[in-house]
Amino acid sequence: MSELTLFLIRIAYLAILWIFVLSAVSVIRSDVFGSRVPEPARAAVGGNGKQRKQPKPRSRKGIPTHVLVVEGSNAGERADLVDAPILIGRGADAAIRLDDDYVSTRHARIAASGDQWFVEDLGSTNGTYIGTVRLSQPTTLTLGTQVRIGKTILELRK
Amino acid sequence: MSAISPVRAVQQVTVFRSRRGAELVLVVLALAVGIGAYAAVGLGVDGHVPPDILGYGGWLAGLIIAAHITIRIVAPYADPVLLPVVAALNGLGLAVIHRLDLTRGDTSFASKQLFWMTVGVGLFVATLVFLSDHRALQRFTYTAGLAAVVLLLLPLAPGIGHEVNGARIWIRAGGLSFQPGEVAKVLLVISFAGYLVLHRDALALAGRRVAGVDLPRGRDLGPILAMWLVSLLVLVAQRDLGSGLLFFGLFLVMLYVSTERAGWLVVGGFLFVAGVMATYVLSGSVGFLTHVRNRFDIWLDPMAYYDRTPGSFQLVEGLFGMSWGGLIGRGFGEGRPTRVPYAESDFIMAAIGEELGLTAVMAVILCYGLIVERGLRIALISRDSFGKLMAMGLAVSLALQVFTVIGGVTRLIPLTGLTTPFLSYGGSSLVANWVIVALLLRISDHARRPLPDLSVPDDQDSLNTQVMRLP
Repeated sequence: MSELTLFLIRIAYLAILWIFVLSAVSVIRSDVFGSRVPEPARAAVGGNGKQRKQPKPRSRKGIPTHVLVVEGSNAGERADLVDAPILIGRGADAAIRLDDDYVSTRHARIAASGDQWFVEDLGSTNGTYIGTVRLSQPTTLTLGTQVRIGKTILELRK
Repeated sequence: MSAISPVRAVQQVTVFRSRRGAELVLVVLALAVGIGAYAAVGLGVDGHVPPDILGYGGWLAGLIIAAHITIRIVAPYADPVLLPVVAALNGLGLAVIHRLDLTRGDTSFASKQLFWMTVGVGLFVATLVFLSDHRALQRFTYTAGLAAVVLLLLPLAPGIGHEVNGARIWIRAGGLSFQPGEVAKVLLVISFAGYLVLHRDALALAGRRVAGVDLPRGRDLGPILAMWLVSLLVLVAQRDLGSGLLFFGLFLVMLYVSTERAGWLVVGGFLFVAGVMATYVLSGSVGFLTHVRNRFDIWLDPMAYYDRTPGSFQLVEGLFGMSWGGLIGRGFGEGRPTRVPYAESDFIMAAIGEELGLTAVMAVILCYGLIVERGLRIALISRDSFGKLMAMGLAVSLALQVFTVIGGVTRLIPLTGLTTPFLSYGGSSLVANWVIVALLLRISDHARRPLPDLSVPDDQDSLNTQVMRLP
């Protein structure tokens, strides 16, 4: 095996190694920049045709306009959904500030995706519940669904 | 550490594509890296392509494709980059080990490594298939912690414990030797993550303020501190400095991330520096610590210890090899990496540096960087705190391990014995690291999966009666 052949094999191998590394980087790059899709395109990506066929399901029931505290020491307090995302907790920056010992500083958040509203636990100590189920991921909220946080119960209202 | 919401703004929503096609392309490239290295080794050392290239390449390709298909079936939204990068590193490691075998003539590390890789991929597939939700691991918080401590203690037990080069970190049963510390690493991450998820608010908020520093309550910190102290003491007793350093760093970073308090890093860094200084000063008199002192002296002036025992022969030969390799290396078969003792395990980076040069070393380090970056990215996008902490812990443990071993080989920091993940010869390390990748992929599959549609079907009934649907 001549010196030149060995040299070429070495260069070729290093080239393969770097081609691999750079393509891995480019996949990550497209993942970083290509993952956020505007809302109208989402339906196309998800291919969920069923949702589009229904003519605005929530319009018949009415669109929620605010979150209301229905039970607990802060009952009656409300926050307009216009200011979404709405932070719920004991902290000073929370849109709905609860004086409840079982509530974390930044407990949960209510935010919109299209015409759907989601509640998401922000890693609180005592958890956020719908019924008896502790939320582990963002969950869709509909009008009147009762969300329990500590000793407080909140719901979406028209 | 607040959760990254999939609902960033009203108009924008993050939708991850499954990217399995991209993964397949990368897997093919990774196989080219692995099998190409094997062919280049044959050409460089023997002058012809190895006759068993088809069998070897087929076996390697079969394993990786099997892993890829498993991901396609059971974790379709998992990260597309992790498997190919790991496959490329493993293939390159196998080829370099094979090259060392060829020169030595009397060792067969490569075939053993291929066997362990098969076991590793088997466990990788099993983990993905049987662990459909990583949150199930949270139930085993204390079991995992106890198991980790028991595993770390096993090598000290008479009979099965086994000492290699002064470090008593092996167990031997039925002809196979195993390093339980590698498995303990994974278990400790699970245990720390499970504990910290439940207690991080208490750790961060409850407690007394002493001299301007908020101290957490003893009952919150106690269990985790005890677990960590036991593992450190065991490691000191076994003289396994590398793993001790790894566990210390891991503990510190996980505590910092879960409580969002930079004070942990300051206190931990201070403790570390103080410990090192004390060790260095005391090392003249205490028996065990001379070992540490020796490592330090070698690090500061390797040439002075070249021909002593315990000396720096291994480190200096590794440095000679890397400098001889230069920018593009000698080429497979043209260098003399077998001059370095343990070139196939701790010093495999020196062998790569000698025969493939700085260019390949940079590529390898970049591959590790990609694995760690993906791990941290998974932690960022994960929706549950346990998954976040676990992904973060696994990524950080890999990062610390790579830093410790490559830093040691290149004389950036004092040398401590650790394996280079996926490259080094060593069954336990390889198997444990494949399981780590499986866990990361499982968490990332959960994190990237689109949200299930949980909205209440809009039928006429819901106008009159409000029925609460549970998710």
